[in-house]
Amino acid sequence: MKIGVVVFPGSNCDHDALHAVSEVLHTPAEFIWHQSQDLAGFDAVILPGGFSYGDYLRTGAIARFSPVMNAIARFTRSGGLVLGICNGFQILCEAGLLPGALMRNKGLRFVCRHVHIRVETTATPFTSAARPGQVLRIPIAHAEGNYVCDAATLADLKHNNQIVFRYCAPDGRLDTAANPNGSLDAIAGICNRERNVMGMMPHPERAVEAALGSTDGLIVFRSLVQSLARQPAAAVS
Amino acid sequence: MSHAARTPPIVETAIKVTPEIVAEHGITPEEYARIRNILGREPNFTELGIFSVMWSEHCSYKSSRMHLRRLPTRAPQVLQGPGENAGVVDVGDGLAAVFKMESHNHPSYVEPFQGAATGVGGILRDVFTMGARPIAVLDSLRFGSITPAKGTSANGEAPEVVARNRRLFDGVVRGIAFYGNCFGVPTVGGEVEFEPGYAGNPLVNVLALGIAPKNHLFFARARGEGNPVIYVGAKTGRDGIHGASLLASAEFTEESQKKRPNVQVGDPFLEKLLLEACLEAMATGAIVGIQDMGAAGLTSSSCEMASRGGMGIEIELDRVPQRESGMTAYEMMLSESQERMLLVAERGREAEVFRVFRKWGLDAIEIGRVTSDGMLRVLHQGQTAAEIPANALAEQAPVYHRPITRPKPSPARDARVSLAPVGADLTANFRCLLAAPAIASKRWIFEQYDHMVRTNTTVFPGAADAAVVRLKGTSRALALATDGKGRWCALDPRVGAMHAVAEAARNVAAVGARPWAATNCLNFGNPEKSEIMWQFSEAVDGMAEACRALSIPITGGNVSFYNDTLGKSIDPTPIVGVLGVIENAAATLTMAFRNEGDAIVLLDGRGNAAAPASEPRERESLREFASSEYARTVAGIVGGVPPAVDLAAESRLIEALVALAAEGILASAHDISDGGIAVALAECGFASNGLAAEAAWQSDEPAELALFAETGARAVVSLSHASLARLLTLAAQYKTVAFVIGRVTRGQFQLSLNGATVVRDPSGSLREIWSGAIELAVPGEQASKQI
Repeated sequence: MKIGVVVFPGSNCDHDALHAVSEVLHTPAEFIWHQSQDLAGFDAVILPGGFSYGDYLRTGAIARFSPVMNAIARFTRSGGLVLGICNGFQILCEAGLLPGALMRNKGLRFVCRHVHIRVETTATPFTSAARPGQVLRIPIAHAEGNYVCDAATLADLKHNNQIVFRYCAPDGRLDTAANPNGSLDAIAGICNRERNVMGMMPHPERAVEAALGSTDGLIVFRSLVQSLARQPAAAVS
Repeated sequence: MSHAARTPPIVETAIKVTPEIVAEHGITPEEYARIRNILGREPNFTELGIFSVMWSEHCSYKSSRMHLRRLPTRAPQVLQGPGENAGVVDVGDGLAAVFKMESHNHPSYVEPFQGAATGVGGILRDVFTMGARPIAVLDSLRFGSITPAKGTSANGEAPEVVARNRRLFDGVVRGIAFYGNCFGVPTVGGEVEFEPGYAGNPLVNVLALGIAPKNHLFFARARGEGNPVIYVGAKTGRDGIHGASLLASAEFTEESQKKRPNVQVGDPFLEKLLLEACLEAMATGAIVGIQDMGAAGLTSSSCEMASRGGMGIEIELDRVPQRESGMTAYEMMLSESQERMLLVAERGREAEVFRVFRKWGLDAIEIGRVTSDGMLRVLHQGQTAAEIPANALAEQAPVYHRPITRPKPSPARDARVSLAPVGADLTANFRCLLAAPAIASKRWIFEQYDHMVRTNTTVFPGAADAAVVRLKGTSRALALATDGKGRWCALDPRVGAMHAVAEAARNVAAVGARPWAATNCLNFGNPEKSEIMWQFSEAVDGMAEACRALSIPITGGNVSFYNDTLGKSIDPTPIVGVLGVIENAAATLTMAFRNEGDAIVLLDGRGNAAAPASEPRERESLREFASSEYARTVAGIVGGVPPAVDLAAESRLIEALVALAAEGILASAHDISDGGIAVALAECGFASNGLAAEAAWQSDEPAELALFAETGARAVVSLSHASLARLLTLAAQYKTVAFVIGRVTRGQFQLSLNGATVVRDPSGSLREIWSGAIELAVPGEQASKQI
């Protein structure tokens, strides 16, 4: 089993994602340079947080044209697991691998703090180790995390059970005050209809050791590793 | 053929060097004579420009150099003291901590967002140029008041000034966030104060810390005749010309807004690429020396590298990547375009270096070579644009023994706070104190900074007296704190500077770290004024004395003079950043109460000398109280004298805190500073999960002094009753007095003195007052608060 972490110019949570997978979960992981066209040998790919290409033009707008994104699109079509965190989520939306877009936070400022998110579905390879409705305490760190999509897309997301995480109060209640960026329907993470691609704004890799203040993010990586163990070598394009 | 023979003669520039031009460059007639003497001829315009930046106050430290020699810089752990891009200390496990603090004050006033952003960018380059990956940034900020002044003092600022202060504050915070967040370094701490004296001259001091293997450090030294000199990073433009000489080395006037074109523009994305490329290029082993192009850009990087290596450097400006056409040699040499580096590679291995920079999409061009003649030689369009001994530029700037005059003592020294009657309820005053921006929660600031990226931050901003970053792969962690109180330094610069060192060291000890080394940023007014020089000299002496007493070497830093606007100087503000080492990261402490029922203990390093209730001492206590945050906020008084410093007591308290933390018996620790013991106890509760202090003790002092005085060498800790005996034993061992003053409760915050309740919080609203005060002061935030 091997998990790849893509490095775009300007990725800055790449080391953190690699650390979470390889040092904390002792699962083999390697960096994938953004110009790579070949994902052979990788069982899952993480698009990490950061400011790919300086987030110039629009977050993720330039990164989606990186050579590696063609390979990732093929990888997802053949069932490969892809997790986009923060900037990775923004890139997946720009690339059309996930629906919707991430706009400026409603408060118009960068926000870095721990938030609570509720697991809305455990029927994904990224949340299978969680309990339904489980509340996770995980940090966010973004200026553009305000999820939007049109009404039809939202209806689709709900109908297909694609909303994976929602911002919530510590006790799991949905509460506008607990929504840190104004996201539509308090959406913090979604998956595609095939459920092999997930994007989330919170940073699970920042909540994997007690020393960091929370270990709740481990659920995401554990789910991923366990899912891969159940269905090895899902996809090699 | 000798090299000199084929070098074309020095070009005559179109602009002639006249006495007026010399004066415009801030060069005195005596300095000009010295330049002529060094060159053995008249300089041309380009050479004059080069001398003017290298000999500017900002680059040459000509007014401060003779004083800075008095600071202690040596200790066994110091791998590199002042004189390089940053200081370096051994922190164990084969690792070196590379750290330094720098100011970006004037640019931040002229253009707060970019000024602050490029301040962050500059200090980050200083750190990674030594081969260290930046792992933390702290900011020490000073602005004018952001809230209308209380009381009847003359310190009130006009509403339009308060509004401008808020805009500057907001712009600076956004600028720091913009740069640090994108670059990917966590902004983990720092401090901010709001005092009227900074209204016309805010301070933006940035400290960066990096980590490198201690046997793989890089230095800014040119070695090896014939080795290629390689330019990497952003293209050179006309931005920032004379940033160092005109912006940083002169007072502010009404004309200063016109200096906006002298402020550089930052690109943190480019700097991130530069970081990764530099570290990767360094790993090839092909790099001999490297320096960032900060103040005075191409000029300082080339002549300083040449001078430190005892060599010369020859550069051809036609090869320099340029952002615009038609730039003169003068403009290119003085440009302060950001995100550029100059490096010397091993001849024959250039390709390895170029390959790395190409991978990261960066310009890397050979623009010259190392020579053995000691000259900085600048070639442009087939002519020699400048030829100056590198050492003369870097090391032979004049050293000034500027006159020093001790000012007359200010009548404010005798200011008194009129105290409340015995037994009065002080809750209303306490609420007022908690809302003071100096004391209120800084959450609004630090939530705009990514303070977690790189997943090393184990103590978040606001959770403890110091920020803590772990060192992955080891059991250690590093703690960092910055401090410096201009208000006290204005009253007594020597004592104020001692407090800055003592408090930063105490902060670091309160998380369980042993103070290990320090950097400083000395912010003062115009050094040509003898009273400013007196402040500076006193502050250096105070800092030196405190560092010696606490065994903390200073490994480098920065001096920022000319912090004057319209002839008014800022309060002297020496900022100290102390780095501490925690041997066992698992034993790190924060200020938050952890367990209901724990005992709350006051530790006082002054030992048994802590309470000599004599009449002269009582009078002195009242004068000291007049300089407290309470006096300023509640009574509207700024005066008195700073609390007396007892360095031996500070040292004992630090030792006791480090020992207690290592023992693992404490649940929390917090030093006592702004707002006294009352604020310290409240903060331990605010940081916790719904706990509060219920304290009651006896005191001979008036209640306000007992609660709010800012006497040093004290801390409050909490721990289980079962561990009390051990604490008392250890405290006694370090000659530190420990008083049990209360317990941790899930009920309401309550303080009693001599049997009477003096502060209480029945409605539980104190936390809200404290946490929202800064946000409420920033324009537009009320509207967007609830989302």
